[in-house]
Amino acid sequence: MIAIVRYDAGNVLSVINALRRLGVTEWDLTSDPSRLMEADKVLLPGVGDASVALRSLRSLGLDSVILSLQRPVLGICVGMQILCRHTEEGDVGCLGVFDTDVRRFVPGDQGLKVPHMGWNQVEGLSSALFDDTNEGTYMYYVHSYYAGICSDTIASTVHGVRFSAALHRGNFFGTQFHPEKSGSSGARVLKNFLGL
Amino acid sequence: MVAKRIIPCLDVKDGKTVKGVNFQNLREVGDAVELGAFYASEGADELVYLDISATLEGRKTFTGLVRSIAERIDIPFTVGGGISSLRDAAKLLEAGADKVTVNSAAVRNPGLIGEIADHFGSQFVVVAIDAKFVGGDWTVFTSGGSVPSEKKLYSWALEAMDRGAGEILFTSMDHDGTKSGYPCDVFSRLCGSLSIPVIASGGAGSMADIAEVLLEGRADAALAASLFHYGELSIRDLKEYLRGKGVPVRL
Repeated sequence: MIAIVRYDAGNVLSVINALRRLGVTEWDLTSDPSRLMEADKVLLPGVGDASVALRSLRSLGLDSVILSLQRPVLGICVGMQILCRHTEEGDVGCLGVFDTDVRRFVPGDQGLKVPHMGWNQVEGLSSALFDDTNEGTYMYYVHSYYAGICSDTIASTVHGVRFSAALHRGNFFGTQFHPEKSGSSGARVLKNFLGL
Repeated sequence: MVAKRIIPCLDVKDGKTVKGVNFQNLREVGDAVELGAFYASEGADELVYLDISATLEGRKTFTGLVRSIAERIDIPFTVGGGISSLRDAAKLLEAGADKVTVNSAAVRNPGLIGEIADHFGSQFVVVAIDAKFVGGDWTVFTSGGSVPSEKKLYSWALEAMDRGAGEILFTSMDHDGTKSGYPCDVFSRLCGSLSIPVIASGGAGSMADIAEVLLEGRADAALAASLFHYGELSIRDLKEYLRGKGVPVRL
């Protein structure tokens, strides 16, 4: 069973629709710790304000549950950011799985547009998450904050600065881009994750 | 570098697309989901669906259609047409839309932009601006370009950004439908003054026009309707041409 963490951090419909397109017929949208622990794979989506998402996760007591999971976990966008050490968004400490901090893009810097919205290339792919994915493949992004490059970085993208497009440590994975909105390239990443 | 986006726009009335030719491989003419899927497979970066239904029944059909689009389409899509309240926007979000465009309602009630952005994030709000060069200035029009407002293009675009718009979709009414190209100087000034993406709409008659607005006009995306619907231009050919001109595109 694939579990999707329910913690009121934005719309999960697009993730569910992407699972459906991959032929997944059963999933569990849940905030029940025992269901999350039983799941074969756990998806942690997230849109909106990372500090709000963290507060919501903590108020449900799910922060420690997520950290205790042994099976593969995939954080998407804000879901990935809250697995980092700290975020400038609301200046809060995060769950500390990935060894990096989350910072804000500086708008206007070399004409930099913020949010970073649209299709951009992933490079330096070094994970099974990117099996059958070419260097320079375009993925879809919508975000104003980014995770810095670190030893957990398994793909990077440039928007003014080079940042972590994807992270991996132990059984935890994260993508800053939205695989559920990145056409067939994104579907492949999700499929790879489900196949881990 | 973030790619410049090519965005086909589909007009929908009572659940069916109103423009378009018989593309091969499409099961049904007018099927908005099929046509969107076709454009996505051709390399469209996003889709825009505009509801031009005049009736309440038509609007309800549109929300149902948005649900079907979200199930099928695996790239982002924006919906618009008659959105005048937070509630309208919320319904479309719940149905699966990635963004909404607001136009006339935002001119009449600028607070709507911030209201939607506060609830669902700036990335969810695209402010569409229709303007015409009148008496030495770009005047913003509402109600499908029929009613002039007090607003002027540059100041309104800045205000919309400050209120929380995530993108600006600008259509020059003087160029729309003429197929004579975009006002690139206007786009360039607009893009230079905003720190959010600008989508160019209305006026493209050729691939060269689109290249020009993305390069000289500095626009982040180009939106077109009839150019794609009538089969004059395939998205794939357009993107290959743009790449040849040095425009970063997703191919």
